[in-house]
Amino acid sequence: MTAEERVEPLDDDKRKKKKKDSPFKRSLKDFYRKLKKNKSAMVGGYLIIFLILVALIGPYLTQYDIRQPDYSIKFEGPSAEHWFGADHHGRDVFSRVIHGLGITMKIGLLSTLFGGLAGILIGIISGYYGRKVDAVIMRFMDVLLAFPGILLALALISILGASEENVIIAVSIFAVPTFARIVRGSTLATKNLEYIDAMKALGASDIRIIFKHILPNILSPIIVQASLFIASAILSASGLSFIGMGVQPPSPELGAILSEGRDFMWDAGHITLYPGLVIMLLVLAFNVFGDGLRDALDPKMKK
Amino acid sequence: MFQFIVRRLLQLIPVLLGVTILVFSLMHLTPGNPAHIIAGESAPADTIKQIEERLGLNDPIPVQYFNFLKDAIMLDFGNSWRTSLEVSEELWPKFWVTFELAVYSTIFSIFIGLIAGIISAVRQYSFSDVSIMLVALFGLSMPNFWLGLMLMQWFAINLGWVPATGWGTPQQVVLPVITLGTMGAAVVARMTRSSMLDVISQDYIRTARAKGLKESIVIYRHALKNALIPVVTVVGLQFGSLLAGAVLTESVFAINGMGKLVIDRILARDFPVVQAAVLVIAVVFVFVNLLVDISYKFLNKRIDLD
Repeated sequence: MTAEERVEPLDDDKRKKKKKDSPFKRSLKDFYRKLKKNKSAMVGGYLIIFLILVALIGPYLTQYDIRQPDYSIKFEGPSAEHWFGADHHGRDVFSRVIHGLGITMKIGLLSTLFGGLAGILIGIISGYYGRKVDAVIMRFMDVLLAFPGILLALALISILGASEENVIIAVSIFAVPTFARIVRGSTLATKNLEYIDAMKALGASDIRIIFKHILPNILSPIIVQASLFIASAILSASGLSFIGMGVQPPSPELGAILSEGRDFMWDAGHITLYPGLVIMLLVLAFNVFGDGLRDALDPKMKK
Repeated sequence: MFQFIVRRLLQLIPVLLGVTILVFSLMHLTPGNPAHIIAGESAPADTIKQIEERLGLNDPIPVQYFNFLKDAIMLDFGNSWRTSLEVSEELWPKFWVTFELAVYSTIFSIFIGLIAGIISAVRQYSFSDVSIMLVALFGLSMPNFWLGLMLMQWFAINLGWVPATGWGTPQQVVLPVITLGTMGAAVVARMTRSSMLDVISQDYIRTARAKGLKESIVIYRHALKNALIPVVTVVGLQFGSLLAGAVLTESVFAINGMGKLVIDRILARDFPVVQAAVLVIAVVFVFVNLLVDISYKFLNKRIDLD
């Protein structure tokens, strides 16, 4: 869609103005303009910013040590001093959840970043060069996609061992095929447009065409996919921690808190209630943002 | 149609080979000598040698892979390193538990999702539409293991209506199925709604209405049939994720299925069992996708899948 806009002749004023920006900046500006029109994308966006701020600043504001046991308040329910109550060691659940929010978010963001970058690169190469390269790469992606849900991550953890870094690695690898597929599709749709042919005729190198002309134009579906993938990365990562295959207690990663708290549900349900609500809020924010964005960027795909 | 199925089956071969190679490499990428894992670090060198010989660990890797593949096709996954039972003997009873859980959950998500999606689409922008879509959004964003914990807390611990753990009796089935099926129901509801809205705006539906057909006939006989096509794909994909997602649900409700088996054996470093379980789930998933493709073609003759 953006490509067509650019093919249209522009009057001189507009042309001068547009020339100042790099293709990426232009693409991002275009993106922001559409984003502003969609209410739910904006709500999701603000919620994400709010949660990031809480994760960054929150840990400095909480007044309780997340590792210091205080058995006098063991299993105590929510109160004015301890908003989310205290756990089986008498640690303040609210402080732990605030610390954990950052850890869980970091895992979701980093695994999407690493897996996304690899997937984008693979997808562009596959779509741009086509033929045999494409066939081989896509068969390999099919193999990775044959492992549904957290199965691939679980299999990788069984080799790598359970730790925060390994969860990031496992979930990243799980991200690669999903990004590669989407980017490949968009690249295929873009590479046959006239202006790309024109660039080729002018003698532009493949690298230049890919990074200056194709990538900026397929940025929108990538951002949508990234937002939706962060949501599922957070669910997978906290799920892995919950079954003991991810971040290990005493880390306050949200899934790890749930994993510890489940043993005490008979005595203190509040230990498991709040961390789960926070995971849900986090996932909801990225889902709403991604959904809204998709609608805003491509009205045809309104789903 | 027959040709199409045969071609699809042939296309599966490279994917299945890839899957077996990946699963096979799992064991070989694992640090440590399997013989040491089986016999213990302090085992005498003779014993280690014997085990290595028996498992064929001294053969070249391609030979080992070929043997692995040959056995896997015959559903022979060797013996567990921990219990010395045959892996398939341990795996199948647990596989059926997980399979049952996934099937019930899929039925649950189709049932709830379809009804909710149709109501939403037929009464677009009404109060029920907005609330259904809001609930679906929450269902999509909720960690299912947490939902399981909460259901267990309310209905098993506080109210005592159903047992908190186990699998088999109808009472034991309810909570795990809701837990595992909720996300699928949300996905199906959203898909049904958008697909219905898509179809309702098409010319042939307007024609049906113009003919003076009753609205209910237009919706259920004319629109729904075509609206269901994309939903089938979603359900198929869901089923695979449910098989894998069952790992978490089984952990919550202490169900003795394949998920629990996998977790236990990862911790015990019993790789043949882990390998076999991962392979079985992946292969089932690949074939479910094939079925989805075929039914897609069958439902919609306009689509040319080549």
